[in-house]
Amino acid sequence: MARNLNKNHDVSRLRRRSAGLLMAGLLGMFAGVANAAWEISLQEPVTALARRVYDLHTLLTWVIGVIFVGVFAVVAYSLVFHRKSKGHKAADFHDNTTVEIAWTIVPTLILIAIAFPATTTLVQMRDTSQPDLTIKATGYQWKWGYEYVTGDAAGVKYMSVLSTPRDQIENKAPKGEHYLLEVDRPMVVPVGKKVRMLLTASDVIHTWSVPAFAVKADAVPGFLRDTWFRAEKEGTYRGQCSELCGKDHGFMPVVVEVVSAEKYAAWVADQKKAMAAVSDDPAKVWKLDELVARGEKVYTANCAACHQPAGQGLPPAFPALDGSKIVKGPKAAHIDMVVKGKPGTAMAAFGAQLSDTDIAAVVAYERNAWTNKLGELIQPAEVKALRGK
Amino acid sequence: MQASQHAGHAGHHEDDSHGHGPTGLMRWITTTNHKDIGTMYLWFSFAMFLVGGAMSLIIRAELLSPGLQYVSPEFYNQMLTLHALIMVFGAIMPAFVGFANWMIPMMIGAPDMAFARMNNWSFWLLPPAAILLTASLFVPGGAAGTGWTLYPPLSIQMGMGMDMAIFAVHILGMSSIMGSINIITTVLNMRTPGMTLMKMPLFCWTWLVTAFLLIASMPILAGAVTMLLTDRHFGTSFFNAAGGGDPVLFQHIFWFFGHPEVYIIALPAFGVVSHVIPAFSRKHLFGYTSMVYAIAAIGLISFFVWAHHMYVTGIPLTGQLYFMYATMLIAIPTGVKVFNWVTTMWRGSLSFETPMLFALGFLVLFTIGGLTGLVLAMTAVDIQLQDTYYVVAHFHYVMVAGALFSAYAGLYYWLPKWTGHMYHEGLGKLHFWLSMIFFNIAFFPQHFLGLAGMPRRIPDYAQQFADFNMISTWGSFGFGFSQLLVLVVVFKAMKGGVKAEARPWDGARGLEWTVPSPAPHHTFEDPPPFDPAEAHG
Repeated sequence: MARNLNKNHDVSRLRRRSAGLLMAGLLGMFAGVANAAWEISLQEPVTALARRVYDLHTLLTWVIGVIFVGVFAVVAYSLVFHRKSKGHKAADFHDNTTVEIAWTIVPTLILIAIAFPATTTLVQMRDTSQPDLTIKATGYQWKWGYEYVTGDAAGVKYMSVLSTPRDQIENKAPKGEHYLLEVDRPMVVPVGKKVRMLLTASDVIHTWSVPAFAVKADAVPGFLRDTWFRAEKEGTYRGQCSELCGKDHGFMPVVVEVVSAEKYAAWVADQKKAMAAVSDDPAKVWKLDELVARGEKVYTANCAACHQPAGQGLPPAFPALDGSKIVKGPKAAHIDMVVKGKPGTAMAAFGAQLSDTDIAAVVAYERNAWTNKLGELIQPAEVKALRGK
Repeated sequence: MQASQHAGHAGHHEDDSHGHGPTGLMRWITTTNHKDIGTMYLWFSFAMFLVGGAMSLIIRAELLSPGLQYVSPEFYNQMLTLHALIMVFGAIMPAFVGFANWMIPMMIGAPDMAFARMNNWSFWLLPPAAILLTASLFVPGGAAGTGWTLYPPLSIQMGMGMDMAIFAVHILGMSSIMGSINIITTVLNMRTPGMTLMKMPLFCWTWLVTAFLLIASMPILAGAVTMLLTDRHFGTSFFNAAGGGDPVLFQHIFWFFGHPEVYIIALPAFGVVSHVIPAFSRKHLFGYTSMVYAIAAIGLISFFVWAHHMYVTGIPLTGQLYFMYATMLIAIPTGVKVFNWVTTMWRGSLSFETPMLFALGFLVLFTIGGLTGLVLAMTAVDIQLQDTYYVVAHFHYVMVAGALFSAYAGLYYWLPKWTGHMYHEGLGKLHFWLSMIFFNIAFFPQHFLGLAGMPRRIPDYAQQFADFNMISTWGSFGFGFSQLLVLVVVFKAMKGGVKAEARPWDGARGLEWTVPSPAPHHTFEDPPPFDPAEAHG
């Protein structure tokens, strides 16, 4: 994963490598392997906090390694020298108060010692005060939505969807370098700024996670949680949803691009321009073929994961749309289903995610695609009118 | 008490078989004999172990290489859910209840369990629950695909397979509670005169504490899944924010059960190991009294650490700190136990028959699992490792290497008493070494996967995780197929072999070794004299 190499950090790299070697040494199986694909410790940290977590983990690994070796050195001695086959006679002792008190107190002291760095790191981790910018991430089945709440980009809002082609997942095409860890539109943040993340979800619990920042927080529907990071190095950092959220849990990565202040300013300007350009005229009257063409795009991005590109669905959890009663029934009920979803199922309410035009387009597409040749046209104004009810 | 009623007639003594009871299948359906019921528990749990194991091999096969190969993501989720539910509730817990049934009356000199008919009922509840769980795969929508934790709102979205899992959990809970009442009553009331609590075999102590944990925690799980059920079908909103509920509430309730559950599985395993290690060290168990206090302490603290499973859910900083410190506290009594086992071997006269090998395997691997647990207890580090393969590795070291290896230690240790024949030592040792080697190949690399950031419960993964996943998959297949050796060993011992003496292990202590091998159908109809030389303390 985002293993942005920085050759300057030789000292810390050496320390990290030594922790990994200790882990490997426990089994003596993988010692010496240092290939990228054989990573045996945490990812290269790119925030001060992540580095503290990294060092804390290294410390703990040493502590437990030493304890393990110490205890099992005693066991090994017994196994070798206190064998019946060597004629060793069993001693007869079964209590020793001094020893028993000692091995209660010594571990207690070790635990108190490691509790100090563990506590200070944690306190720092939870300090989300005074951010430079705030971004709200919303988990959907199965994509992330980002909304810039404060800062220069305030108001910018978009979906971030897995961009790995289906062919690669189904082994019909060779897999790319960032297989499953790439999205169409990453989250973009400026380097060196404190970014506060607000997290929520629209359907089930998801977890937003970027290991290089030591950030992981649940996105709970109906609640807001927060966490923060301050990335110190430009680059692309990748993580994944970390709470089982249904069928495509493995297919909703988190990608964060950390850029310079200038690049960030340029990106913000682009986004604002694009937002102005994209906003549709809600009163526009569409022709059937252009609406269906747009609807197909909306369908592919939002619906095809469950209802499948050919509309056959994955019954019974995800019903077919091809020949569906709702799709072939009255328009109003169909639009209503898309806008409000179906509670208690994986059918999300898309009303807040899609514009009137997109909803009109996708409904028109579904009513005209596959064998559903209804020849019907839905105008954005109709969606708008129905939403009001 | 119950046994004398069963035999029914004067003049029948320990050596009579079940005499006038029904035969054939009806014997097993109507039996109230603790040994018969123990045997059924053990066979049931082994059957479930094979079913759950087959599911894990489906999971590992899919993870052999990147890309989707054999199963769909939905089916993958169902497999990982059922694998966990079946292994926890169908395999490990019934295995130790089986040991309890067989051994506790014989260890304390009682004729049978206190409530022999309830004992029958608590076993026969299990097959319907197992059928509900496995049959849920074949209903519309398939089984629950939520993970064994059943978190809402995802569990609200599931089909009727979810309802079947909920009812299965209810039934399993009833069975566990009845079994626990039985064990507590038996242990507290039916010990032979002279066997005080502090002279009682440690396996009975671990089960006494475990039974209290079960009685306290199973109703809580039953409550949690019932709330899920009403949220799903009766319009309540316990876990739905839109109705004033909170999805995280479920996690609090679930883990208030779920963490004691970990010790429900681990404590009886500690008990078995505390018998096997002294026997093959030909020494008394070191620090019996501190062992008892450690068991009680672990049992108690296990109720106060639940939210260390929830560090990333947004609980407040003070909560994170409290649960971190409380979790670290468990390391102290656990450490005491490990040190006691190690000191028991120190200056002993060690020999390495299969039970001892499995006990040693338990000791090494459980210690690794316990130490990685200490790493996970540190909230700041856990933020990196929560829901990654590091956690998967950690709890398999505790559950498989801890509970399963100790169950095998117990199986090989008491098999001569059950069958009257010695098992094949060569096959037993082969089974141990294959298990030990393949287990580590399967699970050790998962620590590295988790550290590198691979989330758990995903059917497909990025390319940099490919190498360790491949190793892990081959290891798991080796481990899985090695377990079939147990069947061979047990069948061979049932059919014949070297005749076992009453006390086949020269270092073994306890009343169970004073009765002939195989143990007669009814033992200790009159309380045996308690010989302090047989005491563990």
